[in-house]
Amino acid sequence: MMRRTPLLTGSGWLVFLAAMLVAAVLIPVLATLPPPDSMFRLPAYLVPLFGKYLCYAILALALDLIWGYAGILSLGHGAFFALGGYAMGMYLMRQIGTRGVYGDPILPDFMVFLNWRELPFAWWGFHNFAYAAFMALAVPGALAALFGWFAFRSRVTGVYLSIITQAMTYALLLAFFRNDMGFGGNNGLTDFKEILGYEVQAPSTRLGLYVITAVALGLSFLVCRFVVTTRFGRLLLALRDAESRVRFIGYSTTGAKLFVFVLSALLCGLAGALYVPQVGIINPSEFQPGNSIEVAIWVAVGGRGTLVGAILGALVVNFVKTWLTGAAPELWLFALGALFIVVTLAMPNGILGLVAQAKQWRRTPTAPVAETVHD
Amino acid sequence: MTDPLSTAQLYLDGITVSFDGFKALNALSLVIEPGELRTIIGPNGAGKTTMMDVITGKTRPDSGTAMFEGRHDLTRLDEPTIANLGIGRKFQKPTVFENLTVEENLELALKDDRRIRHTLFRRLDEEQEAKLERVLAQVGLMRRRTELAGLLSHGQKQWLEIGMLLVHDPRLILLDEPVAGMTDAETAATADLITRLARDRTIVVVEHDMVFVRSLGAKVTVLHEGSVLAEGSIDAVQNHPRVIEVYLGR
Ligand SMILES: Nc1ncnc2c1ncn2[C@@H]1O[C@H](COP(=O)(O)OP(=O)(O)OP(=O)(O)O)[C@@H](O)[C@H]1O
Ligand SMILES: [Mg+2]
Repeated sequence: MMRRTPLLTGSGWLVFLAAMLVAAVLIPVLATLPPPDSMFRLPAYLVPLFGKYLCYAILALALDLIWGYAGILSLGHGAFFALGGYAMGMYLMRQIGTRGVYGDPILPDFMVFLNWRELPFAWWGFHNFAYAAFMALAVPGALAALFGWFAFRSRVTGVYLSIITQAMTYALLLAFFRNDMGFGGNNGLTDFKEILGYEVQAPSTRLGLYVITAVALGLSFLVCRFVVTTRFGRLLLALRDAESRVRFIGYSTTGAKLFVFVLSALLCGLAGALYVPQVGIINPSEFQPGNSIEVAIWVAVGGRGTLVGAILGALVVNFVKTWLTGAAPELWLFALGALFIVVTLAMPNGILGLVAQAKQWRRTPTAPVAETVHD
Repeated sequence: MTDPLSTAQLYLDGITVSFDGFKALNALSLVIEPGELRTIIGPNGAGKTTMMDVITGKTRPDSGTAMFEGRHDLTRLDEPTIANLGIGRKFQKPTVFENLTVEENLELALKDDRRIRHTLFRRLDEEQEAKLERVLAQVGLMRRRTELAGLLSHGQKQWLEIGMLLVHDPRLILLDEPVAGMTDAETAATADLITRLARDRTIVVVEHDMVFVRSLGAKVTVLHEGSVLAEGSIDAVQNHPRVIEVYLGR
């Protein structure tokens, strides 16, 4: 019988459940139950911050799926994330209604300011949450499908693909900066009031959003893990290492790449949609090419091609970033650059690679014995 | 006697391929009968690999006929179609998927539905599992099945690649220098493997190693400058004056 890779091993499930318990139960409990002056009480401002990190973790997971497994280094994943965020932002804008500065029941403030009389077509339907949620996935997914179809069909790979994904996010950055695009220009979308009838700023809403994000991260992980443990996942590894050979044994590599690329973009859209209500703003800076490059650094730091590493990398780097931008903001970019160099030179398999190495090192004395027994 | 065009497993006639005026194949004609094992030798640049490129649809000839089983015009079909017709090819430079295990390499090569939906949700059925086991045994990799292909020796990688051809049930197998870089023991084992496989398939082997060619004991075709120089048993060919001239002249 062929050996199967399980979705998760027994201990894998234990770790997964433990992590979910901490993220989705322990943290919310610590944020609510202990009395406000207790040392166990988690300050309220940390909840949306953690929520933001978890959104980044979903984004990193999405990139690892295509970079680590299929060898497609997209440096434009920030764009899919931002598009998901804009879709959610548009819903939140429409919820403001008459509470805006100009009190227009239909038009968001910035449109009134621009003397627009009617809601542009792109905004239709966004007062409906289900529609907005659908668009948060559909728009990034459709863009990825279109972009991927052209790129993969013309067999654009490697560094060329990375460059055109950078160009894609940069083009979107310029487009969203324009006022006449109708997405709030420079300022983006902000001053949100309500989501599904709950006050966006209220601690309870923020806690709810945080828990939903934690669950979404867990589910996204399981979906990615499912994909990489199937025959399709092995096909991805094969085409990462020897694409023409895969074609020669009869698979359409274009189709396979397109499928994971779109799946990955959907996860980015999900992450972006969860991100915006928690940080309270979405503006064109999210499209900055640098943002997408940072995602690749998170994945590299954690260890690419492992999924868990991507999550770990996103959390670790962002914790450090928050701490450092508070302590010495001018150092952050240098630190990020240094981190990237250290990781590429000294730990090509990231944090998880170090862990694996340490394990192996401990196990070495017994390994040769086991091998001779088998042979 | 019927016409070889319709009865031959592979029928090449007057195949010419030129690269910028240089004729890599020059009116090459070759007939391989069903079930035959044929070895093809020839000095470097004789056109052996180019001939395989024509048969597998990688290179289009300028002129000539290339028919498979009398029905399929190979000059009009593309690579995946030809592969799915039942022509398997092992390239001169072996490539296996190094980060997959031996059995996972075979699993991907198995004849099966190649659509994404299928690769995501379907597992191998019993028949496919059985075939995979059979091929693992045939190429002698049963005990290394769960190891990464990248950890195999050079010879074992070549065998794995032959295994990847076998799981696809080809009726014609083309092997381009299968023992290049192998140890003597591996070469002998490969000769053994090929002889066994030849019992129920048609196989064409290109090789430089004369000890190996001799051990296969099959009919030999000598290519030189893109066309057939001599054909016959290994002894007849080795004593052929023109063949001696071509090999010694270099
Ligand atoms: N794509 C190509 N463009 C130009 N010339 C080519 C091309 N492919 C092959 N050739 C030339 O055609 C001739 C035949 O090459 P081929 O690879 O078929 O030889 P071979 O018999 O397989 O040699 P070897 O024993 O070295 O593998 C060589 O002189 C080679 O340089
Ligand atoms: Mg050759």
